[in-house]
Formats: sequence, C-alpha cells, structure tokens
Amino acid sequence: MNFKLKDIVPQLITVTAVVLVFGFFTYNAQINMENRGIDFGYGFLSQESSFDVQFSLIEYDGSHSYLRAYLVGLLNTILVSVIGIIIATILGVIVGVARLSPNYLINKFAAFYVEFFRNIPLLLQIFFWYFAALRALPLPQDAEAIFGVFFLTIKGLYVPAFIWQNFSVFFNSIVAAIIAIIVIRIYAKRVQENQGKQIPVFLISIGLIFILPLLSFLIGGVGVSFEVPVLKQLATTSFIYEGGVSLPPELIALTLSLSLYTATFIAECVRAGIQGVGKGQKEAAASIGLTPNQVLKLVIMPQALRIIIPPTTNQYLNLTKNSSLAAAIAYPDLVLVFAGTALMQTGKAIEIVSITMFTYLTLSISISLLMNWYNKKIAIQEK
Amino acid sequence: MFKYLKQLTSLVAMVAVLFTFTTESMAAKKSKTLKNTQKKGFVRCGVSQGLPGFSNADAAGNWTGIDVDVCRAVAAAVLGDANKVKFTPLSAKERFTALTSGEIDILSRNTTWTLSRDADIGLTFVGVNFYDGQGFMVRKSSGITSTSQFKDGISACTNIGTTTELNMRDFFNSKGIKYEPVAFEKADEVVAAYDAGRCDTYTTDKSGLAAQRTKMSNPDEHIVLPETVSKEPLGPVVRQGDSVWEDIVRWSLNTMIEAEEYGITSANADMMKTSDNPAIKRLVGAEGELGAAFGLDNDWSLRIIKQVGNYGESYKRNIADTGILPDRGPNELWTKGGILYVPPAR
Repeated sequence: MNFKLKDIVPQLITVTAVVLVFGFFTYNAQINMENRGIDFGYGFLSQESSFDVQFSLIEYDGSHSYLRAYLVGLLNTILVSVIGIIIATILGVIVGVARLSPNYLINKFAAFYVEFFRNIPLLLQIFFWYFAALRALPLPQDAEAIFGVFFLTIKGLYVPAFIWQNFSVFFNSIVAAIIAIIVIRIYAKRVQENQGKQIPVFLISIGLIFILPLLSFLIGGVGVSFEVPVLKQLATTSFIYEGGVSLPPELIALTLSLSLYTATFIAECVRAGIQGVGKGQKEAAASIGLTPNQVLKLVIMPQALRIIIPPTTNQYLNLTKNSSLAAAIAYPDLVLVFAGTALMQTGKAIEIVSITMFTYLTLSISISLLMNWYNKKIAIQEK
Repeated sequence: MFKYLKQLTSLVAMVAVLFTFTTESMAAKKSKTLKNTQKKGFVRCGVSQGLPGFSNADAAGNWTGIDVDVCRAVAAAVLGDANKVKFTPLSAKERFTALTSGEIDILSRNTTWTLSRDADIGLTFVGVNFYDGQGFMVRKSSGITSTSQFKDGISACTNIGTTTELNMRDFFNSKGIKYEPVAFEKADEVVAAYDAGRCDTYTTDKSGLAAQRTKMSNPDEHIVLPETVSKEPLGPVVRQGDSVWEDIVRWSLNTMIEAEEYGITSANADMMKTSDNPAIKRLVGAEGELGAAFGLDNDWSLRIIKQVGNYGESYKRNIADTGILPDRGPNELWTKGGILYVPPAR
C-alpha cells in the first residue's frame, strides 16, 4: 500500500467538514429544543394513535400504535407507487412506440398526449382528476352498473369481492405453473443451443398458466363466488354501496394522474431507446432471415433497453416521490398519515420528519438497486 | 475580633449576592421576545389561511377577525400601534412548529386548548377568546336533523392535524357507528369535496362550520346539526419559557374582555379616565402602575381599547355583523349569562 499525502488530505478535510456541519446542526437543534422544553425521543411510536385512517391495507384503527399508523401510510404509499409504475410503464411503452408509428393519426395523437401531460404541473393534474372527476361522477343512487357488478360513483369504485374456497390449492397451482414455465424455458434454450430446434415456449407458457389453475377448479375443489356491492340507504338522499371491495376516489385520482404524467416521460425514454439503435442493425438482422418479430425481440430491444432503463429508473423514483402530493386530496399516504396527522398529534416534528425522510430514501434506493441490477443484467456482456 | 470580621464579610457578601440576584431578575423581566418585538417594530402573529370571522384576509391583504384582534391588541400594547403586526397564514399542520421554531411569537389561529398541547410540545396557552364545540354539517335534502340518525358507512370530511380528527373517532366509537374519515390538508379542499358530494357530513368546530358554510356554492342547502360533541376552547398560544411575553398576551386579551364588562369602548375610553370606579380607572391607565410589571408604560391597556376595542366590539364587528354566529351563546359575559370571566386587572 502506497498512500500519498496529497491524496488523503482533501478527503480528510471533506470528511471533517461534513462531520462538523452535521454536528453543528445537531448541537443547535438540541440546545434549541432544550430551551423550549421539547423532549426528543422515539418513545411515542408505541403510544396509542387515537385517530382513524380512511383506507388501510392492514387492520388498523385508532386503538393501534403510531408505529402501526406509520406502516399504514407506508403501505399506502407503496401501493400507489407500484400500481402507478405498472400503469405508467405499460402506457409509456405503448405511447413511445406509437410516436414512431408511420400512421399519421397515431403518431400525432401520441405526440399530443406527451406534450400535453408533461407540461402541466402534476399538482394541478391531481386536483383536476380529483375535483373535476368528483363533480362528474354520479352519486351512488344514480350510478349505472358496469357489466352489472361494478359501480363507479363519487364515493369510489365498488367492485365485487371474491370469496374463495380452498384458496391455497388455487395459489399453489399458479406457483406450480410458474415453476413449470421457468423449467421449460431453460430446457428450450438448451435445446436451441444444442440442436438449433425451436420450441414454442410462449404458447406452452400461456397454456400452462391457464390449464393448471383451471384443473384446480375442476379436480382440486377450488370454488369462487362473488359478493356484489349492494346499495344501502343512509338518509333520504345519502346512499352507499355495501359488500364487495371499494376503492376510494382519492386512490383512483392519484394513480391516474401519477401514471398519466409519468407515462409521458417513459414514452420519451422508450422512443429515444428505439431510435438509438442504428438502422443498420435492423437491416442486418432482416438480411440473415430473422422474422420482424425476431428482429424486435432479439436485436432491437436488447440494445434499446440499455438506453431506456437508466432514465426510466429516474421516472420510477420521481413517481414514488411525487406520490407524496397525495396529501392534497386526502389519500392517506405516508406524508398525510404520519408526517401530517401523527406529527400534529404528537408534536414530534424532528423525529417524524426524519423517519419520513429516511423512509423515502430507503424506498428510492431500493428501486434504484433493483433497476441497476436489471440494467447490469441486460448490459453488453463482453466475452 | 478577626473572627467577627470574617463573619461580617461573609454577611456582606451574602447580601450583595442577594441584591444582585434581585436586580438580575428584574432585568430578566424584560423578556427576550418583548425585546425582539420592540427592536423589529412589529408583532409576528400566526393566523389561519382564511376562516371568516376569526382570521381572514380581504382582497387588499387586510386581516380581520377576532383572532387577528388579539394580535392587534398585543401590538397596540407593546408597540403603540395596532397595525404593526406581521401575519403569517399557517395550516393546522404547520402552526405549532412555526411557533416553537420561533418563526412567529403569537399563534392566534382558532386553536383548541388541550392538556397534551399545553404540557407536551413546548407551548403555553394564555386564555380563551372563543368557546366552541365540534358539530356536524349535512345537506338539508338528506333529511338528517340529528346525529342520532347517522348510520354505518357514513363518510365524514374534515381537516388533518386537528382535535376534530380525534373527537370524530371518539364520537363515532361511542355511538358504535362505522364511518369513513376523509381528511384533507387544507380547509378549502374539505369544503370543495363535501360540496361536491364526496362526504355525507362535514365536521369541525361549529364556528368553523358556520363560517365555511358561507363559502359553499349554495349555503342554504346545508344545515349545522344541533348537537355539540366536544369542548373546544379556542385561544392564543405562545412559546413556553418566556413568562413575561406570556403575561403580556394573556392580559391584552383579558383587557379586551374586562373592558366590555365595565362598558369601556373604543369611543368612550378617554372619557373613562375620570370615572369614579377605580377598576375602570386602572384599565384606562389613570390609576395604578399596571404596565410596569411587564416593562410597559401605563397607557398600554388604554391603547388596546382605543385602537382595537373591547371584546364585544370585536365580536360584533367580525362575527355577529358578518352573519356567521349572530348569537354569542357561551361567548357572552358572565354577567349576561355567558361564561366569559377573566381575573381582575389590579
């Protein structure tokens, strides 16, 4: 080991400066809080929260602890982010490809969508989808049934609930189908490498994922029935649907606005990725006899993905962080429940804000790591 | 002899120490917040983001309301001019942090006095300027006339970060009713969502309901139910640890209420200097040295009454004449059947 002083000194100075700055702020905060008689501590997390939350993925009410309220908010944030990312990705890919379409109408429509939605501030879009949609949606008693079982009303989207018999058998059949598909894929790849024979993996996979669960119904004793929402009167002009599952309009409006907004950016990433692959690649692939599908799957996409993934990761992070705008329309996410109500009721500003910041940091870093892993997997492997 | 001398010296030293201690504490009475306020030349006051009757800004940015008047009274007392106030509109969520972090010096924002707020988070409540209680608003067309008609599945819109959220749970739990709480960050969004039909009921302090009702697209379609489900004593708050400033704010408010009790108004305050009643003379600064206790001159209370008016004038101007709550209810003087009762200024 051969350290040179001039290499170490700047680093030492940086580290010392960072420690000093942090130390100064911590010390200052401590003194100020002491002067104002505010205690610092995380003990409040185990206290009873005594407030209710509108929408929760886990069992929760005011008799649970603040820690539980934190989990409720966190899960709601993750829920809206995951749904948002899935919808934004699907929509983004479709629109991105559509922008390259030779069809004038499709092409211009996609361009209009991208320019329109990415140039309006997200908060405005959230307000628009929430309040405009609220005004436009019917009251529960006026709602028309969609397919006879769905009801979209101002109080939310009511969908039938599934009531399962022997759910575990059904679940296992799906797991078995997925394992079988993976095994077949590996086998098919080996066959192709050794003998050059192609096995229709895609068709077999589709068949498996349908047939195995179907068998579980026929011979596994699995049964499912639906609980359809039923209109219930609360007062002369006040109604609600009971039974089934209800999705609050806040969740719908937030998911919709986040995905519509983020999809525009993903669409641009996709377009850039596809355009970034040289025209010669496509022509060369076609000249060796690959079908257009194979050209896209084996030549274009693997190269385009390398360009698409890194900026798309940014968009996923943005969507997750933007979900904190939920507070504006009463969707009980982490910021509204924990950094809002819980902060107010306990007055533990520094503790709660630090926990919330750390949580978003952890969420973002997890997404980053996952996407970096995927990026590495599809990167050029030099042999 | 030498022994006695030693004892004498220590006695002198002790007296000296005691004396310094007293002068020191007299000087400390000039509070840090008071000194800063006088140096800056304005009172920093946290108010709501717009609640008619309590704190509301007009198009020109002039703040009015009974909460605003508390800050104006303090400005009149310590700076001699009721207009020397800098108002900071705060959401329910931001208000306590703004006060404890020193961004504002008085929080006068329809804030409920509770044990945990008073004891836990570095705040001190100085009094009550409005006795309120939580109520429910519903659409007239719903046919609901009492909270006893509420049923399972009712959705209730409200603000986050308020005692309302907690009371709501207590209320519905005690009645065994399952409800859906829909909590927004800002009052305007609560009103918009309720008005659109998202919720069956809107719950907050009754004064707030009365004030927000005026903002609905059609106020006549809504009624406030008669039941009051909680005690909400609203009052100004200061930071813990500056007892002189705390006293100034407390007695500025008390002065307004006591002035009404003795019939002193902004119009007749000067004439009252020649009154026969010593209590009145003390309030208008013609007798006693009341201001000295806070490090203020003797006309501090006279300025409050002349520039801001007594509590009754403030109530009439902001709440009664605007049609929000013409009936003073519990906010009437104790001598007239209400519960407004303040300790004597003497």
